Amino acid sequence: MSPLKLVAPALVGLAVLLLWQGLVTWYEVPVYLVPSPLLVLQTLVRDWTLLGGSLLVTLRIALLALLLALLLGIALAFVFVQSRAIEASLFPYAILLQVTPVVAIAPLIIIWVKDPTLALVICATIVALFPIISNTAQGLRSVDPELLDLFRLNHATRLQTLVRLRVPSALPYFFAGLKVSSGLALIGAVVAEFVAGTGGTASGLAYQILQAGLQLNIPRLFAALLLITLAGVVLFLAVSLLARMALRGWHESELAR
Amino acid sequence: MSAAPDLHTAAPDAAVRSALAVDVKGVEKVFPNGVRALERIDFDVRDGEFVTLLGPSGCGKSTLLRLIAGLLPPSAGAVSLQAQGGGPRRLAFVFQHPTLMPWASLLRNVRLPLDLAGVARGEADRRVRAALDLVGLSEFERVYPRELSGGMQMRASIARALVTEPRLLLMDEPFGALDEITRNRLDRDIRELWARQRLTVVFVTHSIYEAVFLSTRVAVMSARPGRILHQVAIDEPHPRTEAFRVSQRFAAHCAQLSALLAGQR
Repeated sequence: MSPLKLVAPALVGLAVLLLWQGLVTWYEVPVYLVPSPLLVLQTLVRDWTLLGGSLLVTLRIALLALLLALLLGIALAFVFVQSRAIEASLFPYAILLQVTPVVAIAPLIIIWVKDPTLALVICATIVALFPIISNTAQGLRSVDPELLDLFRLNHATRLQTLVRLRVPSALPYFFAGLKVSSGLALIGAVVAEFVAGTGGTASGLAYQILQAGLQLNIPRLFAALLLITLAGVVLFLAVSLLARMALRGWHESELAR
Repeated sequence: MSAAPDLHTAAPDAAVRSALAVDVKGVEKVFPNGVRALERIDFDVRDGEFVTLLGPSGCGKSTLLRLIAGLLPPSAGAVSLQAQGGGPRRLAFVFQHPTLMPWASLLRNVRLPLDLAGVARGEADRRVRAALDLVGLSEFERVYPRELSGGMQMRASIARALVTEPRLLLMDEPFGALDEITRNRLDRDIRELWARQRLTVVFVTHSIYEAVFLSTRVAVMSARPGRILHQVAIDEPHPRTEAFRVSQRFAAHCAQLSALLAGQR
């Protein structure tokens, strides 16, 4: 990454933090409305045992959901591209799943599924699933027709065409979907936890935010929020790195400019 | 030898004696949308010939080539590829675009037909290196397609076609997207490969100059519906050099083909 891409946003962030700190101090804003960045940082360190543990709980749910969405999404995408008939009959239901707000179905899932962690993972998976299905399916179809002809002329089997042609062609699409889904998995995990409240694992970051809100412990609320944001960024960077390693050297999206 | 090319020869006498390689009989092609792409095509290619299908855009020359390759079924008539010794005739196709896999090195791209056929890795690599050597790309086996110029990508595409040692090479306007200088050089190279490897080539182009330079015979096609109007032998000796390009005989051949194409309407 170029220095500009690192330095420029860091400077902006620093400026905003300084301004925030300055305004809060100057106008003596009460802590229960807007805490200063320094106080948020102090709270984060002081409450680390509590918040760090919650971070792990939420991260675990998000990662499990992402993994599940990945496996299910790829499997479903492969099924979809087998025939237009299969896709036509199943795709509307994938869309149905996508447009139904997770907050609306989370209570049901939490009632039906006994294990709270599993219930939250299912909710987050539903949120993260669609971009992987639709992108991977589109990728598996987006094959250079001349390359398909070449494979046909060389009497390639269905499996050879899949492994040597369709899968590599689908990779850029798949990773674009995965980048979106990595963020959605975390959002899904947090939202589901909110809905579940004490019915959930009662230990994730969303739960800490709820509790801190009720107790007007705003610095802790901010600290938990900060952790969720950081977790999302780290997740996104990890997926981007994966995409870069897979597509480096050949795909336009990952070439140095 | 006469001073001017014989302008009315329909079939080259040297080729008549060799075995039939491609036999197209009464072929018609109507696409599902109703377009009559080809009408009553009777056409054959003999072993060792370099035949060019020449015509304006949309005359069905690419369609005819794809029918010969078996990539399209004819609506009527039959295409048969004559195999030597009973086995299936190995054919290779060079597309309009290089059609390389962007995620694979040149070595792996050129090796693809052998990989698909299950040829052992060591044997395959040896043959890939020989093919890359033939097209002058032996130093580039580790390079990815996008790092190469258009001309080099096309050479790689030709190497991939040659690696199976095809008896019949079908080329669909392979140099159409290249600049003229590169195109002329590749024309010279493909002509050289044709002679050296004793290939049989069917080549599609809309360039009169390219057709004259390359071919032993040119089939002139007309559009809508696509038909073969004339077949003209380009009866010139093999090493065709840059001097041939600027010779009177070359100009005479071009003038003849040009007149035939213009006479269509």
